[in-house]
Amino acid sequence: MALLEVTDLTVVFQRRGEAPFTAVDGVSFAVEEGQTVGLVGESGCGKSVTSLAIMGLLPRRGVRVSGSVRFEGAELLTESPRQMRDRRGRDLGMVFQDPLSSLNPVVSIGIQVTEVLERHRGMSRSKAMRVAAELLDQVGIPDPRRRLDEYPHQLSGGMRQRALIAMALACQPRLLIADEPTTALDVTIQAQILALLSQLVRDTGTALIMITHDLGVVAGLCDEVNVLYAGRVVERAARHELFARPRHPYTHGLLSSIPRLDAPRGERLVPIRGAVTDNIPWTQGCAFAPRCPNVLEKCLDVTPEMEEDDGRLLRCHNPVRQEVPA
Amino acid sequence: MLRYTVRRLLQLLGVVLVLSMLLFGWLRLLPGGPVSALLGERATEESRRQLTAQLGLDQPIFVQYGKFLGRALSGDFGSSTGVQPGDAALEVFLQRFPATLELSFFAIVLAVLFGIPLGYLAARRRGTWLDNLGVVGSLVGVAVPVFFLAFLLKYVFAVELGWLPASGRQTGGIDATRVTGFFVLDGLLTREWDAAWDALQHLVLPAMALATIPFAVVFRITRAAVLDVLDEDYVRTAESKGLTTPVIRRRHVLRNAMLPVVTTIGLQTGALLAGAVLTEKVFAFPGLGEALAIGFERRDYPVLQLLIIVAAMVYVLVNLVVDLSYAVIDPRVRVR
Repeated sequence: MALLEVTDLTVVFQRRGEAPFTAVDGVSFAVEEGQTVGLVGESGCGKSVTSLAIMGLLPRRGVRVSGSVRFEGAELLTESPRQMRDRRGRDLGMVFQDPLSSLNPVVSIGIQVTEVLERHRGMSRSKAMRVAAELLDQVGIPDPRRRLDEYPHQLSGGMRQRALIAMALACQPRLLIADEPTTALDVTIQAQILALLSQLVRDTGTALIMITHDLGVVAGLCDEVNVLYAGRVVERAARHELFARPRHPYTHGLLSSIPRLDAPRGERLVPIRGAVTDNIPWTQGCAFAPRCPNVLEKCLDVTPEMEEDDGRLLRCHNPVRQEVPA
Repeated sequence: MLRYTVRRLLQLLGVVLVLSMLLFGWLRLLPGGPVSALLGERATEESRRQLTAQLGLDQPIFVQYGKFLGRALSGDFGSSTGVQPGDAALEVFLQRFPATLELSFFAIVLAVLFGIPLGYLAARRRGTWLDNLGVVGSLVGVAVPVFFLAFLLKYVFAVELGWLPASGRQTGGIDATRVTGFFVLDGLLTREWDAAWDALQHLVLPAMALATIPFAVVFRITRAAVLDVLDEDYVRTAESKGLTTPVIRRRHVLRNAMLPVVTTIGLQTGALLAGAVLTEKVFAFPGLGEALAIGFERRDYPVLQLLIIVAAMVYVLVNLVVDLSYAVIDPRVRVR
């Protein structure tokens, strides 16, 4: 049994007086114990909403969530708010994108780390403070004891993200969800945080869902990658497979638009043409069709299904054949 | 912090000096004057001249101001001509200050005690009937003139229903011992429970009337601030840690939402005297507000000068306290 099994997860936002919007459209994937799985896609593809649905953090009003999210066999979508509250921080941890706005500006780092220990481990404040200092040390924050009394604005961006990671991992959750954890950071700090995450999941055996728009992040970290487009998974493959031979034109486009150091001089980057707003609804055909270089007439009429192909899952009528030029 | 406080207090001196000049001139520009107020319309020219000279009002205004300033520095603010004729203005102030302080304290406590929790609740239940009722109610609260509300409260609860006393601070027959001038506190200190209870009953209606506007403003600001904070990423982080609702409410929502609310409470406290003038007049509550009202009617220059300067000082001091309290609530202010 997988640690986390997401089956046919659908999230529909319904605002009064507006047409319902399907942010996540039948997404399925699984995360094994200790595995790192990537959810990749551009803004608005539903990757963050998926993570919030797993955490039970979507607002209750105006949102319809259906499908199934099983964690160690237990169905999370039908659990009561109280049960989910008990799970969050204990079984499921989460790290968010912007470390400054994700920390409470008027509460010291120490309290923000210890509160999760007090809540789930029933520790006293003084015991929790000792543990918190160890945690900060573990995530590579120098002089942790002094940092405990400091406030978020006194820490650098990288330190803040480290502190958030320490909070998320304080109770040794089985699953950590990282939602664009490096997007708001400098490039050098990004690399440090990714190295830290990969070391921590290795040491603690925590499974990790890495949500990102950055395939570079995925390349260094993930065992398996799910590429999302317009709320659906369009390609799923093991990391090496995906990078060596991207099959879906969208994945291919994403990879081709990354600048490479070993590319011949003067070669232009190939952007994916069009924008997300050009999509057609999945019910009509392939949502990516209007932007797709490999588009067939069929793509605009028949919705492609997820099919096993060449050791991976693919949702495409006319996948890419050739290999990416190395 | 100390240097900051000292600088602000020095600024206060400047404010008081400039205000005293403006006020001095402005009061004398009002139509009528203490002489007409004291002697009435049909006084002889002779008696008018005599009283004008007696009050020193026949001298040039600069001379009058110079004399006022000189005496004020030694604590003599002149004698009341209208509010409590013959008493020193300072005496009038000292006698009445505890009454207004007591009334304002209860009014602010009422406003905060109801405004903050209800504001929080309305934000949490945004868009429900409770929220809508609160928003409309607070709008009415801000819009209804204080004197009208005071009359209404007095009429319904004192005159018609007879539940609460209609005027004054204490029922005549009660022989209470005075210690601090705060009647409720006096009653508690001297264990004269009946006196304390009686004084408290006298406070209820005026405090309610006076609390309406601060309550409505505190409610609205709390609601808006909580709505802002609920959208913040750090509240989502707190939720992602599985913290209990009380911890999230207290530590993560209210602590941040309180920053604008504290400013509001300060401003409202400073502005309370304006409401007190009307409220105290309606309930014949012998405080500074009533003295101001009577003072204006009878053109009691010495009393008006002193009370308005004190009101301005209170306003500036309250704002100083608010600014300093920011440093306590917000660590980002402390370090800078």
